[in-house]
Amino acid sequence: MTAVVDLTAAPRAATRRRLGKGRIAAWLVLIIAALYFLIPIAASVEFSLRGVHDTHDLSTWTNLFGQPGFVDNLVTSLELAAGTVVITLVLMVPTTAWVHLRLPRLRRLIESICVLPLVIPAVVLANGVLAAFRNGPSWITGTPVILALEYVVLALPFTYRTLDAGLSSIPLTTLVEAGRNLGASWLTVLMRVVVPNLRTSILNASILSAAMVLGEFTIANLLLMNTLPVWTVQAGQQDGEVATAASMLILLVTWVLLLLMSVFGQRGARRTGRSG
Amino acid sequence: MTATIDPSTEAKPGSPVRLAGLRRGYGQVTALDGLDLDIAPGELVSLLGPSGCGKTTALRIVAGLEHSDSGAVFVDGKDITKVPANKRDMAMVFQSYSLFPNLTAGENVAFGLRLRGVSPAERRKRAGELLELVGLTQHYDRYATQMSGGQQQRVALARALAIEPKVLLLDEPLSALDAKVRVQLRDEIRSLQQRLGITTLFVTHDQEEALSMSDRVAVMNAGRLEQCASPDEVYTRPATPFVAAFVGAMNRIGGIASGTEVEVLGQRLAVTQPPEVPAGAKVTALVRPESVLLTPAVAGLVRVARSSFRGPVTRVTVELADGTEVDSDLPSSAAVDLRPGTLADIRFAPEPVMVIQ
Repeated sequence: MTAVVDLTAAPRAATRRRLGKGRIAAWLVLIIAALYFLIPIAASVEFSLRGVHDTHDLSTWTNLFGQPGFVDNLVTSLELAAGTVVITLVLMVPTTAWVHLRLPRLRRLIESICVLPLVIPAVVLANGVLAAFRNGPSWITGTPVILALEYVVLALPFTYRTLDAGLSSIPLTTLVEAGRNLGASWLTVLMRVVVPNLRTSILNASILSAAMVLGEFTIANLLLMNTLPVWTVQAGQQDGEVATAASMLILLVTWVLLLLMSVFGQRGARRTGRSG
Repeated sequence: MTATIDPSTEAKPGSPVRLAGLRRGYGQVTALDGLDLDIAPGELVSLLGPSGCGKTTALRIVAGLEHSDSGAVFVDGKDITKVPANKRDMAMVFQSYSLFPNLTAGENVAFGLRLRGVSPAERRKRAGELLELVGLTQHYDRYATQMSGGQQQRVALARALAIEPKVLLLDEPLSALDAKVRVQLRDEIRSLQQRLGITTLFVTHDQEEALSMSDRVAVMNAGRLEQCASPDEVYTRPATPFVAAFVGAMNRIGGIASGTEVEVLGQRLAVTQPPEVPAGAKVTALVRPESVLLTPAVAGLVRVARSSFRGPVTRVTVELADGTEVDSDLPSSAAVDLRPGTLADIRFAPEPVMVIQ
């Protein structure tokens, strides 16, 4: 009788142990991260639901839309978000596409410029824009339009990066040349060839920009504009529960936007078998 | 690939194309150095040459995707040098897959028609006919990612033909495909081109493709046209040493000039063009491998160095006394006895050869 010894059994067991430990560590990190994010949110939701005499009800949430200035500032914030998205896309989609097509050597330089808002303090940006438009028309300087222009600058880093990644994932030059060759003008190429193939990237950039606008406080406050975050801070000085409910509402809207981004992104990728 | 097609897609008189003195430089590099070329209506001309010879630059200038530093492009006798790409009425099939990923095959084919204001019903009908023409009727609703490379290039061809262009431009459309599909598709393209009578400019670096598909082959080197002639003439009567060396394989064997003949390994061969050297001068004869005949001989002058079986033909390489290696393409049945180390006699087919100094 000959004994068969499995020489690979011990290493396999060691590998299984290592994988087991790795999996536990991964779950531990995930749980800690989840608690780090969820506990403050849960606490805020709980706080916003507090009623009189240690009871919980929805009164703060149901009364939120009746609070003076809430709806006006919510509308202003939504308008700002829409305006920022439109201006950013109108500026950045053709620009980024052009850089990819005709000035590829400048991509790194443009990217460096576009990420500057991340390192420039908000107060500097706010004062810079104010100085630039000191003698500008009143429909810009005295209105939320100037705030939208500020937000366009703030949105540049992630808009550029998102569009840049999308453009890098498609054979842009060939598609554009094919479109031109078939008789399309530059505008037609942009609208019927570039934009449809950047759908996911454009959606991502739009939602990230909108989410940023809906939560931005510093610059709006510096420019003395009334937006939902500014209203929330002011409301918080009188009624913490209302302010917390408003904050949660902003968070909820942002979540919904991100969820939409994910759903549309997956659907687009499934349809054409690619992302971009 | 068979299809019943609408009469509108049958042959129409093609447009003549003329390239006159095209020059294009990129910094210190000259991509095109005064290219002149006339293409007759309905003719398929291949631009053949090594990488960097300027063939793609020439095609892109014709398409309007690049501009020339000087020179002009004429179609139907009209100077279109300054006409933008989208108004040239040409269609191009690209080397890389160029289908719009967001559109189905049918929508891709209909893209150019839509730009021309064709009604949706007519677009759908025409796109269906053209997909039928390229054998992809069942793929109307498929996206590019749901098709193979060969299918994508067929759709790209259908898309190009849909707008009934004056000139069809093919920029190495087969180079990304595997060998079998490449051969199949090149025959299909040629058949369609002849059927529709479209003037076609085809860029390739593949000699076999150029020789098998073209009415004429324009061999380019360093931005210049070396020779433009029928495939047969380019192969059998190369105009320059470059063409001789680039198109097909060529042996370079030392010989002695003798007026209109050259003596090579004791055999006198006629020359295509007498060299400008005195009789008795040493020259190099350019001889095709299929013109080199070998027979096993115990007292042979050459020794077989190696042989390479290629199906119906076997390439046998022999070594001359001075160490020069000479290739011979023999029917495989005739090469059985020519194993490495065997001695053999060498003769040349009695055809004129090109001689260089």
